[in-house]
Amino acid sequence: MNCNKTIKELSGYLDGELDAGLKQALESHLTYCNHCHAVYDSTKKTIELYCDGKLFSLPEEVRTRLHEALKRKLQEHK
Amino acid sequence: MTELTQATLARDEGQLVSEAKAGNYSAFEELVNRYEKKIYRLGMNITGNREDAEDVLQDAFLKAFEHLPEFREDSRFYTWIVRIAVNEALMKLRKRRTSREVPMEDSEDENGEVVVREFADWKPNPEQQFARSELERILQGAVNSLSPGFRTVFYLRDVEGLSTEETAELLDLTEGAVKARLFRARLRLREELSKIFKRG
Repeated sequence: MNCNKTIKELSGYLDGELDAGLKQALESHLTYCNHCHAVYDSTKKTIELYCDGKLFSLPEEVRTRLHEALKRKLQEHK
Repeated sequence: MTELTQATLARDEGQLVSEAKAGNYSAFEELVNRYEKKIYRLGMNITGNREDAEDVLQDAFLKAFEHLPEFREDSRFYTWIVRIAVNEALMKLRKRRTSREVPMEDSEDENGEVVVREFADWKPNPEQQFARSELERILQGAVNSLSPGFRTVFYLRDVEGLSTEETAELLDLTEGAVKARLFRARLRLREELSKIFKRG
């Protein structure tokens, strides 16, 4: 497997969607190609960074405004 | 999450929806408490902007409250609120097409193949190299470089953990289109972040 094919299949590999043969070929390429391994590693890290639950946390004042807006809406409905 | 926990959560959610529909506001409030953090994060990820994320959060829950009687309960409340919030977020983006957005074609060659330009290893633990607010700014900046359709797919698949099928249904896309967008979004984000996190 060459670098272009590896990059093309990387997303499917990260999602565990590759068939056994393709998966093995890609993993074998990653063992000797530093470039592709760096791309694989940093793509995985990219996903992990965005999944970090501590990021983009809901500020308390935004939460308060949401609940106030909902209560106003409730009053309109009464 | 185990199947049992998921089932319990879904059943509780169904009860809360029934009670909220019957006019019990605290049941609706419980649904809001359960999902407000996720919906805010959805807004941040798709709009890349605090003010818009707050609008998305408020508008989504106000709409859900308004239209709760019409919610047919053939899907989970959570799926329904995510759908409303995604539509609100995309509407926000359509209203403010910014010049900050770089066309995705920049990362493709003449045959439409994704071009990877950055091959350097990253420094270990980039999340520990920056203060949280700085890291949020960096991640937001990278997300803003994606077209709306790509960042939405990335968010739903990779952050929210929806399946390809669920994402396709939610966005009215084919599964192939979801996979193609996810592939390009992941590589584009990685490319943007590599500029900051690479070694040397």
